[in-house]
Amino acid sequence: MKAHQADRFATIMLWIGALSIVAILIAFLTLILGRGLPHLTSEFFNGPDGVRGQLFNSFYILFLSLVLSLPVGLGAGIYMAEYAPKNKFTDLIRLSTESLASVPSIVFGLFGMIVFVNMFGLGFTILGGSATLALLNLPILVRVTEESLRAVPRSYREASLALGATMWQTLRKVILPTALPGLITGITLVAGRALGETAILIFTAGMNVSRIPFDVNPLAAGETLAVHLFAVKSNPLPGTNADQIADGTAALLIIMVIVFNICLTLPSRWLQRRQLGKNKM
Amino acid sequence: MDKIVVNKLDLFYGDQQALNNIGIAMKERSVTALIGPSGCGKSTFLRTLNRMQDLIPSVKITGQVKIDGQDIYATGTDVVLLRKKVGMVFQNPNPFPKSVFENVAYGPRIHGETDKKKLSEIVETSLKDAALWNEVKDRLHESALGLSGGQQQRLCIARLLAVGPEILLMDEPTSALDPISTMKIEELISELKDKYTIIIVTHNMHQASRVSDRTAFFLSGDLIEEDVTSVLFTRPAKKKTEDYISGRFG
Repeated sequence: MKAHQADRFATIMLWIGALSIVAILIAFLTLILGRGLPHLTSEFFNGPDGVRGQLFNSFYILFLSLVLSLPVGLGAGIYMAEYAPKNKFTDLIRLSTESLASVPSIVFGLFGMIVFVNMFGLGFTILGGSATLALLNLPILVRVTEESLRAVPRSYREASLALGATMWQTLRKVILPTALPGLITGITLVAGRALGETAILIFTAGMNVSRIPFDVNPLAAGETLAVHLFAVKSNPLPGTNADQIADGTAALLIIMVIVFNICLTLPSRWLQRRQLGKNKM
Repeated sequence: MDKIVVNKLDLFYGDQQALNNIGIAMKERSVTALIGPSGCGKSTFLRTLNRMQDLIPSVKITGQVKIDGQDIYATGTDVVLLRKKVGMVFQNPNPFPKSVFENVAYGPRIHGETDKKKLSEIVETSLKDAALWNEVKDRLHESALGLSGGQQQRLCIARLLAVGPEILLMDEPTSALDPISTMKIEELISELKDKYTIIIVTHNMHQASRVSDRTAFFLSGDLIEEDVTSVLFTRPAKKKTEDYISGRFG
């Protein structure tokens, strides 16, 4: 029974793979959270070296970058999946998107610095940071959108069109709702990158925080939490508890990303359920 | 009265001709079966009648397809209105990943019906007309993907009836179904022909003889012969038809 043994062996190996991922995650979380959580006091947020400003900036930049990139990214992805004819030109667009998606983020940072900071003369601003981040995320959004839409069975489109629906109705009422989980995954991926990105933001949003609490002025400088972590660790200011601030910041970053993912996933599950009716398969 | 009149219809995929000079007329409230071996052009022909074939790039169509005297390939034809009038059932049941109710309400909704009470009425009548009501009336708000294959196909018919079509195109509607579901669909076709003009593509010659009034035999893009079903199956005029129905090829 050679086939049988090979099957057992493969099953065990796959199990080990899956278990290691869980183990690594648990080790990672215990270490980072264990070191950081004790520092997350009110003082950590509101004190003289508090990260309240950075925390706010992280979400503000995330929000602005999504506002800038979602319409264009989703739009281009939908166009590529549903409307674009198949020819040399659209192949070129696809190739460009894929190449852009693999450009190192620091190169985007440099680009953002040349364009927004210097050419437009914005200086280090939240706006410049968000715009550069949007550029970084665009190719990924386009690809994820296109792929999620392509994964929707052709038969749904045919059924809808054969009932006399227009392309736009078909898109809105059948294709997009069906592709929603894929789209949410894409947005989560992009948002995670925005929350964690440093290279780009150091060059464009700078390493300073506005003195006004919750400053929504997009032309203020906007250091985010991830950049703060980098700054504190690489260049500790004398007289501050740099290590503790860094540990606390790291823990806070992780919590933010987890909370953000849950906030996106739960409503999308709920929407899907409502779409599908009770007892989906 | 002739509901559909097709005249000198040619269809090309790129350079390759898939339909040759097709001419046929179909009467109102009758069932026409299209038979022939795989790749003979019968499905392609069916899909020219609601212009679904246009969706494929590189398809070129010449000739005339008149429905109620209107050439549907004339410039200025509203494809949306055409497809509302000429509905289609596909080979594989393709309900949307929505509830049973939402599947049937989809058509009326996209054509502008918003009144909840009216939608419920349409859904109920359509499901009754598709002989599915009794099986799903207690699970209207459950996912349509949980129904059996045969139920899904009848749901697709109900979804189609809900937009108020006059012509039903059926592309091998039972080829993915078991014998009992097939029987139910065939019974349904016999009931529906009192109200609708039906054109059904089928592999199955027994099915053609059971459900249709007239049968058309296609072979490599040509319409070989078209006649009253009982005549075509017992006294075909052409040698090729006789060879096919007697099982000598295909």
